[in-house]
Amino acid sequence: MLEVKGLRKVYRTGTREVEALRDLTFTVENGDLVCLVGPSGCGKTTLLRCVSGLLDPTSGDVRVDGKAVDGPPPGMAVVFQEYGRSLFPWMNVRDNVELPLKQKKVAKARRAELVEQSLDAVGLTGSESAYPWQLSGGMQQRVAIARAVAYEPQTLLMDEPFAAVDAQTRADLEDLVRQLWKRLGVTILFVTHDIDESVYLGQRVVMLSSSPTVVQDELIIDLPEARDQLTTRADPAFIALRTRVYEQIQAAKRNAGQ
Amino acid sequence: MTTARRGSSVQAGNPVLLGVAGLAGLLLILELVPRLGLVDEKYLPPTSTIAAALADEAGDPAFWTALSDTLVAWAIGLAIAVGAGVLAGLVIGSVPVLRALTASTIEFLRPIPSVALIPLAVLMFGTAIESTLLLVVYASFWQVLVQVLYGVADVDPVAFETARSFRFSAWARIRHVLWPTALPYVFTGVRLAASVALVLAITAELVIGSPGLGQAIAVAQSSDAVPTMYALVVVTGILGVLINLLARTGERRLLAWHQSVRGEVTV
Ligand SMILES: Nc1ncnc2c1ncn2[C@@H]1O[C@H](COP(=O)(O)OP(=O)(O)O)[C@@H](O)[C@H]1O
Ligand SMILES: [Mg+2]
Repeated sequence: MLEVKGLRKVYRTGTREVEALRDLTFTVENGDLVCLVGPSGCGKTTLLRCVSGLLDPTSGDVRVDGKAVDGPPPGMAVVFQEYGRSLFPWMNVRDNVELPLKQKKVAKARRAELVEQSLDAVGLTGSESAYPWQLSGGMQQRVAIARAVAYEPQTLLMDEPFAAVDAQTRADLEDLVRQLWKRLGVTILFVTHDIDESVYLGQRVVMLSSSPTVVQDELIIDLPEARDQLTTRADPAFIALRTRVYEQIQAAKRNAGQ
Repeated sequence: MTTARRGSSVQAGNPVLLGVAGLAGLLLILELVPRLGLVDEKYLPPTSTIAAALADEAGDPAFWTALSDTLVAWAIGLAIAVGAGVLAGLVIGSVPVLRALTASTIEFLRPIPSVALIPLAVLMFGTAIESTLLLVVYASFWQVLVQVLYGVADVDPVAFETARSFRFSAWARIRHVLWPTALPYVFTGVRLAASVALVLAITAELVIGSPGLGQAIAVAQSSDAVPTMYALVVVTGILGVLINLLARTGERRLLAWHQSVRGEVTV
């Protein structure tokens, strides 16, 4: 279980202070797929960096299975928005996926197996020897997802992973995430600014206000488990849910404006 | 269409051919100028005379000893400078406190011309090869250090955080993120240092009289063997070109990925 309690983060640069997060509290049960949605600049990346132990919060705490996070916890993998910079350009696809496994001291035979399985799962079999910069944006993000999946994490954090890919690729990758989640039983915290995406993907959506950021509302997404880009998005229940989320985010903006 | 293409190819020409033609032209002029009496042959012998002197040198074992002395001083000096520069650069660059602490010192020491250390070198090592080494190492070290510092500063924070999030050890972060990022800069540093090292090796030999081509040039000059002096100068020039060529080829071979990445817009 992932618990975020009273999380606050203030960036200090010289004399300037930016309160990126004011007070965030929410939990994600093991095996859940929770989407965090909020406007650009509301501190989503800051939150993920605190959760993944890359950044120390100013106050409040983050716990994974009851253990306080200070530094990147084992069993957690992050997929960054900037896939082009997150992959290592001096390594081919196979080495990129394999390197974290080597660091984790996974035996060689098992590494080869995991690399193959995960590249297969994201539909990249045959691209092992390509370098990241030889691939399209969508394929690069698939490599980053494969790298995270091969790591066999209990928790997967994704920071607006599809914000920079085209709409068609994005739809495919959304379905890929749902499919991997169901198959691997991994806990996913998926951050996005896209309301439709959060409703389409999540079992639950946590809405963030704009800065200074608090949790505005939470919503259970009671759509059928099997989701489909066409029928789900046309479902009146989907439309009602996305309207709810949209209204909350608008309300948050009004409150912030006052 | 065809005419246009032919026209443009005539305009651009073949750069290699043009380069060779230009060099041949220069050599011809250098042959003619003294022969026509425009310059005293005593100071500028014709190309053919220099070529003959060069052939003589090639048959003289003393020349080969001098050449090897210069190359040994160059290679050892460069190796020390590269090793020390890379090590210091990685350590200083990855520890922000050290970086701030050393910044002004580096800016002070770096611009000191290596030749200003000649008296010190003579004092410490006399005319031994160590004198040459001191100057070579001092001059080349900064070239490498500064480039490595640029390289370390160029590490992508996202790549670095990726490594951290996958719990890479400190050593693995240096080995797999810092080092590959800095490598193109290291190459630039080595290439610059290789040229500077040659200049300083020759200078030291020339001025201090430590063994090598520089000393041979000084000896030729003082014994009035002007064509030999020119022949030796030509050899140093050829060395410079070869060293640069070697460094560039190595750079291209080993950094294929970098060449391809450079032009690309990162997301
Ligand atoms: N390293 C930093 N130093 C100072 N301010 C920062 C830093 N990172 C982010 N911020 C600020 O914190 C706020 C939240 O940023 P971020 O977490 O990137 O938002 P989001 O991911 O939701 O777009 C922004 O106002 C941003 O300018
Ligand atoms: Mg962000």
